[in-house]
Amino acid sequence: MKKPRTFGKWAMVLIAAAFAVYFLLPTALTVTNSFMTESEINANYGAVFSVTSGGYISDTVHLKFIPEKVTMQQYFTGLIRSPDYLVKFWNSMLYVVPIVVFQLVVASTASYSFMRWQGRIRKGIFFLYIILMLMPYQVTLVPNYLVSKWFGILNTRKAIILPGVFAPFSVFLLTRFMRRIPYELIEAAKLDGANEWQIFTKIVLPQCTGPLVSVAILVFIDYWNMVEQPLILLSDSEMYPLSVFLSYINSTEVGIAFAMATVYMIPPLLLFLWGEEYLVEGIASSGSVKG
Amino acid sequence: MKRIKQKAADRLLGICFLSPSLIGVSIFFILPFFVVIYYSVTEGVGYREFVWLENYSKLFQNSAFQLAARNTATFSLSAVPLAVILSLALAVMLEKHIPGQSFFRTTFLSPMMVPVVSIVLVWQIVFNYNGTLNETASLFGLDKTDWLSSPYCQVVIVALFLWKNLGYNMILFMAGLSNIPKEILEAASVDGASESYQFFHIKLRYLSSTILFVTVLSLISSFKIFREVYLLTGDYPYEGLYTLQHFMNNTFRSLDYQKLCSAAVIMAIVIVAIIAVLFRLEEHYGKDLDG
Repeated sequence: MKKPRTFGKWAMVLIAAAFAVYFLLPTALTVTNSFMTESEINANYGAVFSVTSGGYISDTVHLKFIPEKVTMQQYFTGLIRSPDYLVKFWNSMLYVVPIVVFQLVVASTASYSFMRWQGRIRKGIFFLYIILMLMPYQVTLVPNYLVSKWFGILNTRKAIILPGVFAPFSVFLLTRFMRRIPYELIEAAKLDGANEWQIFTKIVLPQCTGPLVSVAILVFIDYWNMVEQPLILLSDSEMYPLSVFLSYINSTEVGIAFAMATVYMIPPLLLFLWGEEYLVEGIASSGSVKG
Repeated sequence: MKRIKQKAADRLLGICFLSPSLIGVSIFFILPFFVVIYYSVTEGVGYREFVWLENYSKLFQNSAFQLAARNTATFSLSAVPLAVILSLALAVMLEKHIPGQSFFRTTFLSPMMVPVVSIVLVWQIVFNYNGTLNETASLFGLDKTDWLSSPYCQVVIVALFLWKNLGYNMILFMAGLSNIPKEILEAASVDGASESYQFFHIKLRYLSSTILFVTVLSLISSFKIFREVYLLTGDYPYEGLYTLQHFMNNTFRSLDYQKLCSAAVIMAIVIVAIIAVLFRLEEHYGKDLDG
């Protein structure tokens, strides 16, 4: 009886390892190839991408992980010689940081309200938030576009940031977290004469630091990789975040694209490695639509 | 009297906490959506005349819309079940405490952090006409295929979709699995229930709300696949890959409000309908557990 069980276990490890390779390979390829020289990249992938520069181009593609010669050339070109990428990286920051900060502020008060007062109207509103949260961009971008046009903020940062601040996802998640806070804590504070604002800032928020971090990470990752919103709400490519701009370098300068993609990965990756437990907790508790 | 006053004050406070979010959501999502509906049943510049369902019937006859809707539907119908089943399998595997469990969890989640562009580059290298896959296939004497412009193009995109989404879903399932009361599983073991019986008759029942949520989430993410397809193939891809977001993007460019708004309304209705059906299903199958 014991033998098949351990056999099964190792079979599972094998399957998991196969999946791990599948999940890691694209990332690994991006990172390692970012250290190759331009000529090596061209030689390897010239058959796939329309590489403009001269030099030897193999007519078959070579998927390679280990550079012949490790070099920072691509990083140097991308980051120092042309300011474009740095500007776009900074653009990304200018969108994502305000969205994360203000979304947390707006969402935490709203979630508190959803937790403390649960009338029929409020239940309806909460349900509306869930529906909105589940709507794809194909739907929500049309109203966003119209409003931005009326306010005259199309093609400005606000067109991206404002709808982002009010995205209902974090309200949903934070409300679910807050409902787990023991009610006695709030009752006790109330008996001690605390008003709602004090209960919110002194009792509820400190209890929610973990959830706030989870939500912040999830929102950050989501907006860091946004593509649809800038394409529709911004017409000036100077204002694009790096997530969109990166795609324009794809075909001609593959090496730089690898290097810049690696650079772009750093902030979310650091957040992830630092807060993986928070992230997992955040995802896990979004687990069911029902209260 | 004082009590009533207190209650009224409380209610007012509750509204204050909710209002920043509710006002923002109303301005950017809800109110303009009514305008979207209005645009979808009217016609004309300046003075808008009611044409009721004419825009819709035009839309349904539009061949680009038909193609986009069909492609999106086929893609979702194949990608979503696969995403649900595979991520559940991964979660069950990792639940068994196999060696390297936490490493695997981190690896499976890592695609969340990776910018879209780097996966797009890798996918091009692999699936291009001169790419690695064809290279390998030709070693076995198989013909080269231009994968992204072939009937298999959706398979390529499904592989990408799974890469991106399995980790997140897996976390949701792991959370669901850990919420199943241990006593029930132990009791079943004692009664001699086999592992597969336990899985299909106990665990799946308890997971029904998680399955619902993962299905809804995967459905939503399947609409987001446009991001990757757009970066892989541009505005007008091979017809098998022309998705609803392509349709919306190209319609945005021509600023055809009637078309745009009726498409958005149709999609919203479809999404709400799907969610409602899934909810009903969940209520039907998971109801005896909720109490």
